[in-house]
Amino acid sequence: MTAVMEPTAGRTEPRTAAATEAREVIASLTNITKRYSNGVVALDNLSLDLRRGEIVAVLGPNGAGKSTAVKLLLGLSSPTAGTVRIFGADPRDPAARARTGAMLQVGRAPEMLRVREHIAMFRSYYPNPMPYADIVQAAGLEGIETRMFGQLSGGQKQRTFFALALAGNPDIIFLDEPTVGLDIEARRGLWAQIRGLAASGKTVLLTTHYLEEADALAHRIIVINGGRVVCQGTPAEVKSMGATSHNSTTTASTATVRTIRCQTSIAVETLRGLPGVIEANLVAGHATVVSDRPEAALREMLALDTTLTSLEVAAPALEDAFLALTANHS
Amino acid sequence: MSTAALNLPAAPATGLARSLSIFATETRYEFIRALRTRTFSLSVIGFPVMFYCLFGLMMNRDATVNGHQVAKIMLGSYAVFGVVGAALFGIGVGVAADLSAGWLELKRASPMPPLAYLLAKCCTAIAFGVIIVSILSLLGITGGHVQLSLADYLRMLGLTIAGCVPFACMGLALGLVVPFNSAPGVTNLLYLPMSFLGGLWVPLSILPKAIQKIAPAMPTFHLGQLMLGIFDRTAANPRGYADPAHSVLSHWLGLASFTCIMLGIAAIAFNRREQNA
Repeated sequence: MTAVMEPTAGRTEPRTAAATEAREVIASLTNITKRYSNGVVALDNLSLDLRRGEIVAVLGPNGAGKSTAVKLLLGLSSPTAGTVRIFGADPRDPAARARTGAMLQVGRAPEMLRVREHIAMFRSYYPNPMPYADIVQAAGLEGIETRMFGQLSGGQKQRTFFALALAGNPDIIFLDEPTVGLDIEARRGLWAQIRGLAASGKTVLLTTHYLEEADALAHRIIVINGGRVVCQGTPAEVKSMGATSHNSTTTASTATVRTIRCQTSIAVETLRGLPGVIEANLVAGHATVVSDRPEAALREMLALDTTLTSLEVAAPALEDAFLALTANHS
Repeated sequence: MSTAALNLPAAPATGLARSLSIFATETRYEFIRALRTRTFSLSVIGFPVMFYCLFGLMMNRDATVNGHQVAKIMLGSYAVFGVVGAALFGIGVGVAADLSAGWLELKRASPMPPLAYLLAKCCTAIAFGVIIVSILSLLGITGGHVQLSLADYLRMLGLTIAGCVPFACMGLALGLVVPFNSAPGVTNLLYLPMSFLGGLWVPLSILPKAIQKIAPAMPTFHLGQLMLGIFDRTAANPRGYADPAHSVLSHWLGLASFTCIMLGIAAIAFNRREQNA
């Protein structure tokens, strides 16, 4: 069960911004504004790029514009202003569609077709489809290929939709909330598949509400709120930005912010003077210190107080960063 | 990597051959799907068969109206009734269901040409129409003393195929305009009166004059008359069982203008959806 226990196992690429920026841009939204006929502005001068071989997670509260951005990239909707490009072409161009796969939030697929018939139908649309056996294996559909879609469980239906997204052996794949309804083993299995796709040079755009998923998978996270990009970067960078965004007096933006918790007798003023400290609190001997130079701060704390106990050093949680980023700008 | 399973043959590379291959695959699966959906297939085939057996074979056996054999009149009328039902319920309710489920959005995001889906549904409706006409013909010949030549039967099939198109367009318009929840109800509210007023249930000649006057406004009337015009054509009576007061051309024009109106409605509804998308 090691695959289940270690969410980051198998991720071999260094997930730094520099590693991905060097690659070519294969899809882009440029200065996109999308206004619906009822006046709602879903996207407001938003720009984002997708590069070859990267996994990009788009996060945002409900109504932020994530689904609208995905629909624009798939050519299911046209922008009020701005341009959308996939492989240098309009996303509605069949040549672009032939290299794109999508897993959308579909309520119901035809229930009286078998799983293998669904896959065969989608494979027929593409000029170079993935071999049938590979699709079945990648989506974990062995054993249920002859079952009617209507007889599948929720998780099996999700895996079938994933198979349809893979059917054309696409170069770019859009996954809209792909692991909803999957149990933990299936979710980790899907994560492994997504990492495999990126490792073979494909690009994955993923929208999700499971921040753990974005944290575990993405090379780059884009946080959208109110139709605008609020911040983007590697998961570590976004967590740091979130931890520091509520404190306007700091300019720290490195990826090394850590929260240090311990039982100590050091005075709170001393704690605030430690290297790189952004914030420090002391409640009944229990200290919480947020610092962007945690090793230096820790060395000093350990030197100052040899009776320090219950030490905990934690990276900022993506949940907290996300809430901080989206609260500030809503 | 397991490659034990036989890979499905790769699609042909050229444009036209690939398009045809996609159309064929799509049509095959739409037909299989419709056939397996028992609520659809049994009722679309069952109702015309049931009505014909009841009103044409059991109740009015050997009756005639204006010298025309009732069992044969009803064979033509219920064949049209069945084809129209297959088109409206297969395409109208089908498109509304697929649209509301978000399934059509997934297909649109794929390289499938949108026409493939529509043609597949149309061909499925035609296939059901052919099945209905064949069953009714068999019942009429064996149970109703109906004389039907092979040429007449083939003409009926040809008219089934051509006559499905106007109602397929109506189904498309319905599917794009009516929300999924009310689609079956609205379809029935249009289908049943339209069939009755077009003379598909009871021969028009025995209906009140007022109804006979408005019949030409019904596309079901035009298709029904074209179907009846196939039967018992002689040199002296080239219009067969149809009313000679209306020409064949007038019926085709009626169906053509109905088709244009329905396509117009469908286009407007589609554009409105696109703008709101």
